[in-house]
Amino acid sequence: MGQPRIVIVGAGPAGVRAAQALVERGIRPVLVDESRRDGGQIYRRQPEGFRRPYTKLYGSEANKAEALHRSFELLRDRIDWHAETLAWNVESNRLHVVQAGQAQVLPFDALIVCSGATDRLMPVPGWDLAGCYSMGAAQISLKSQACSIGQRVVFMGSGPLLYLVASQYVAAGAQVEAVLDTSASSLRVRALPRLAARPAVLLNGLKLVASLRLAGVRLMTGIKPVEITGSPREGVTGIRVCDGRGREHLFKCDAVALGYHLRSEAQIADIAKCEFHFDAGSRQWLPRIDEDGRSSVRGIYLAGDGVRLAGADGAEASGRLAALACMADLNMSCSQPEVAELRAKLRTMERFRQGLLQAFPWPHQAAAELPDNTVVCRCEVVTAGELRTTVSELGASEINRAKALCRVGMGRCQGRYCGHAAAEIVAHAAKIPVEQVGRIRSQGPVKPFPISTIAAGGAK
Amino acid sequence: MNTPVRRFVRISEIERREIRVWIDGRLTKALEGDTLLVALLSNTGHLRHSEFSDGVRSGFCLMGACQDCWVRDEQGQRLRACSTPAHEGMRILTSAQEAEWANLA
Repeated sequence: MGQPRIVIVGAGPAGVRAAQALVERGIRPVLVDESRRDGGQIYRRQPEGFRRPYTKLYGSEANKAEALHRSFELLRDRIDWHAETLAWNVESNRLHVVQAGQAQVLPFDALIVCSGATDRLMPVPGWDLAGCYSMGAAQISLKSQACSIGQRVVFMGSGPLLYLVASQYVAAGAQVEAVLDTSASSLRVRALPRLAARPAVLLNGLKLVASLRLAGVRLMTGIKPVEITGSPREGVTGIRVCDGRGREHLFKCDAVALGYHLRSEAQIADIAKCEFHFDAGSRQWLPRIDEDGRSSVRGIYLAGDGVRLAGADGAEASGRLAALACMADLNMSCSQPEVAELRAKLRTMERFRQGLLQAFPWPHQAAAELPDNTVVCRCEVVTAGELRTTVSELGASEINRAKALCRVGMGRCQGRYCGHAAAEIVAHAAKIPVEQVGRIRSQGPVKPFPISTIAAGGAK
Repeated sequence: MNTPVRRFVRISEIERREIRVWIDGRLTKALEGDTLLVALLSNTGHLRHSEFSDGVRSGFCLMGACQDCWVRDEQGQRLRACSTPAHEGMRILTSAQEAEWANLA
């Protein structure tokens, strides 16, 4: 047998560590990523010509970011690197990609998908106004472009990113008006035993909150979002929330960063027909994997936040472990102590992940309380009321049926930003558990591109 | 009320070379290394008009996932502003025709 053809999707922490493990054993993998540079979203690199040092860009994670970038640079000549390449479809051992407007097919013996995550969003009236961004967007504009998303920014949602990004804005000298967390502080106290699985990370989080307090930023926990105020032409002008006692507060701002932790980008795994299971803790459907990252489909391995939201450190470990599993399945022997060590590391990450879910829960009840005129699908302006009518009058209690009838999740983002909330709205309207509503089926292309690309490019 | 003059605020890294970008025929200044989205939003308040009549849009995810930041150049070529580097001489339209015909319906 010649060299096995191994393709890795995603050059973030999971993908780079997977590639490294393969290269160490003499394999030359193909690595594709949609970005111009390696690093993924978390360790995203600033463009050439920018001068901020690692400590400024990545704070407490500077050493890890630098180590990952250096590893990639050492690997670069020993892998087939395809930057700015979208993996958009997969069928029987062939990955379809588009690079610089050209369609290509990459045949593989094994595919390691490290597709990362995007922000998880709960709609709020006014979130379709210009000036409302995802939490990740707020971080990217600062990290990769040295810009704030507005003159006066409010951060709202829940999860570790809420405090991380807000404190990065403060440290950079941007104007942060408030940090508004839907999770109550009592939940965080109860989550402490699990969060203590990673004491350094926990301590880091506490330091971030302290730094925000020290900077005089208004912090509120246990809030209920009411609306983002503004006008269709002007965009965001403020945000209104209720505190725990039901009193309303208005913050003036021209930008809102919104996000409720993350959701896995699992479309490639879905198109490859990997089995999914409902993760009750996070209330999201995730691809099923064994301890080492094997999916239910032979030859397809899943690692990083695209399969389990364990963060960047977890992604590095799971990427390497998936590559080791892949090589073991190709009858290449692997170091058993190393496998055991990586598994143990991931169990610690899993305990911490459970802690985060407890401390910063997805506020699914909020979906039921959204006013009927709230836009749920930002792409095609489908409202909560239209979705509820689809359930009550047309009997659509399954999400793909609801999508077909009212177009929720059918727009240009393909349900990435409305899908989870839409499922919660349908579940509430149909009075069934959300897992019975199902999940939006992924379809290729996983992101839009001109049809002329494949018509002319000879994708077959 | 009108759209704000600019949406994004530059915090640092402002010593880069200036480039010229035309927005709806108006000459504006951006910096080398800007994404097209940043080049536009540091000069204007929006990127496009929603084709579903609910106002202006200015992008959402900045990581190529939401597709809210599509603009067109004067040749009609569609560009995803968050993942397209800005370069000298770009001429961008923030009100594409497809938005207008949809809004007539």
